[in-house]
Amino acid sequence: MRKGMVMAQYAALLYMPEGSDWMTPEVREEHRAFGMAASEVIAGAVALYPTGSATTITVAGGLGGDVLVTDGPYAEAKEILIGLYLLEAADLDEAISWAARIPTAWRGKVELRPLLPVGSRQF
Amino acid sequence: MTVTPAEQLAETVRVEGARVLATLIRTLGSLQLAEDAVQDAAVAALQAWPRDGIPGDPRAWLTVTARHKAYDMLRREAARPGKELAAVGGAALVAPDLAPEVLDMVEPESVVRDDQLRLIFTCCHPALAREAQVALALRTLAGLDVPAIARGFLVPEATMAKRLTRAKQKIAQAHIPYRVPPDPELPARLAPVLAVVHLIATESHAPSAGEQLVRVDLEAEAVRLARLLNELMPGEPEVLSLLALLLFTAARRPARADAAGDPVPLAGQDRSRWDQVAIAEASGLLAEAVRRSGGVAGPYQLQAHLSACHSTAPSYADTDWDRIVGLYDLLLSVSANPAVALNRAVAVAERDGPAAGLTALDAITGMARSHLWHAARAEALRSLGDTGRARDALRHALELAPTAPERRLLASRLAEMPPH
Repeated sequence: MRKGMVMAQYAALLYMPEGSDWMTPEVREEHRAFGMAASEVIAGAVALYPTGSATTITVAGGLGGDVLVTDGPYAEAKEILIGLYLLEAADLDEAISWAARIPTAWRGKVELRPLLPVGSRQF
Repeated sequence: MTVTPAEQLAETVRVEGARVLATLIRTLGSLQLAEDAVQDAAVAALQAWPRDGIPGDPRAWLTVTARHKAYDMLRREAARPGKELAAVGGAALVAPDLAPEVLDMVEPESVVRDDQLRLIFTCCHPALAREAQVALALRTLAGLDVPAIARGFLVPEATMAKRLTRAKQKIAQAHIPYRVPPDPELPARLAPVLAVVHLIATESHAPSAGEQLVRVDLEAEAVRLARLLNELMPGEPEVLSLLALLLFTAARRPARADAAGDPVPLAGQDRSRWDQVAIAEASGLLAEAVRRSGGVAGPYQLQAHLSACHSTAPSYADTDWDRIVGLYDLLLSVSANPAVALNRAVAVAERDGPAAGLTALDAITGMARSHLWHAARAEALRSLGDTGRARDALRHALELAPTAPERRLLASRLAEMPPH
């Protein structure tokens, strides 16, 4: 975090069309370059395997209820979550300017979601 | 129309309250808290002023009162066990600047203007949906209350209240900044601001649904907001052009509806009833926009030129249709829009005759659900003597027309259609 500034946190959620390959050397290189350029604002990053290895868990009724485990992602969708960056920025405008440099922004889509501060009462 | 003292007082509270709000949002760091405080101050003013008279400086009175209200709210909130500051209105991004020594200070005019400009860009931030931008602008900049905005857009009050609450939450939670964008971003960020003001005006005289044709209030609000923009960003060509466009359109208001409130198309309007003062002002603004735009006309300047063509033509028949078609061609080259193509086709029919007009109309795709397109086709077909197909087109238009006055107009045209 930069000194003397109140930072807001955002999850930049990366979506790609179903069936696309986000692990090619070219894409990796683009993300590496973004990571270098944005090192000041990146608080964390996660890349996900394709949805073929996803498992979905639902519990019926509440804690202790029947656990239903199914193969695959939560919902079949044309675009799937492939990873995320955690960004720290002064405000939404700064976050948008960084999100616009994430390679997925032109290969797919980037959704910016403000992080709910832990312990906060606001929803 | 006479204005009662009570109405004048309410108007002063509304206009000055909106200015006070812009500054309070900055000092409090929370739109919701500032809005609640200004609301409370307005209620206090409406109680005190009829009794004591309107104070010499109403804005100072409202500013100081609203600050004290905000201070009280924060103190009450902080005193409640387990409550954090952030819980007030779901916002409070910045530590509130409410030290006792600044509570009674009043900002100079320049600060108020800067804050209003900040507020405009925050309300019209591209991360907010257009309908949220419009609602926020009317609530915070024009100072309209929720029921009035809901009436203006024919949505239930609860829907409008929810829309506003959601927008304010997004501003707070996503940290949409409260500032004027830096110069390189300004052109892109100005576009939604102009679109919001334009939408408020167009919705006011072409409501997408409902009974009433002219919504006087919203059209006046749009002109007022455009004037504010022009004051805050003097010399900006597209702002000048938008204000000119709105004034040209508003000038036709006395002739736009008949005694029964039904719409009168441009061709049938009594031009002697157009407001020549507004037309003269609009012409002057447009001329300044042309001078300042360095030969590159933006979309609002093109639309203002179009409106000027109509406003200065001696009659519908004597309109410079060639220039109008040319302007529509330019407008279409900036943005391909079927509604613009429709207006162009109508102008082509006036310039080159109904056959050419019909060809141009039939070349437009994406307007099959528009009553205006069917009505224009009906008019061209009628001129060509094809009353059978003209009738069919009018019936389509009648089915699709969203407002009762427009349906009445189309029904009367259908009744006047000569039999085979």
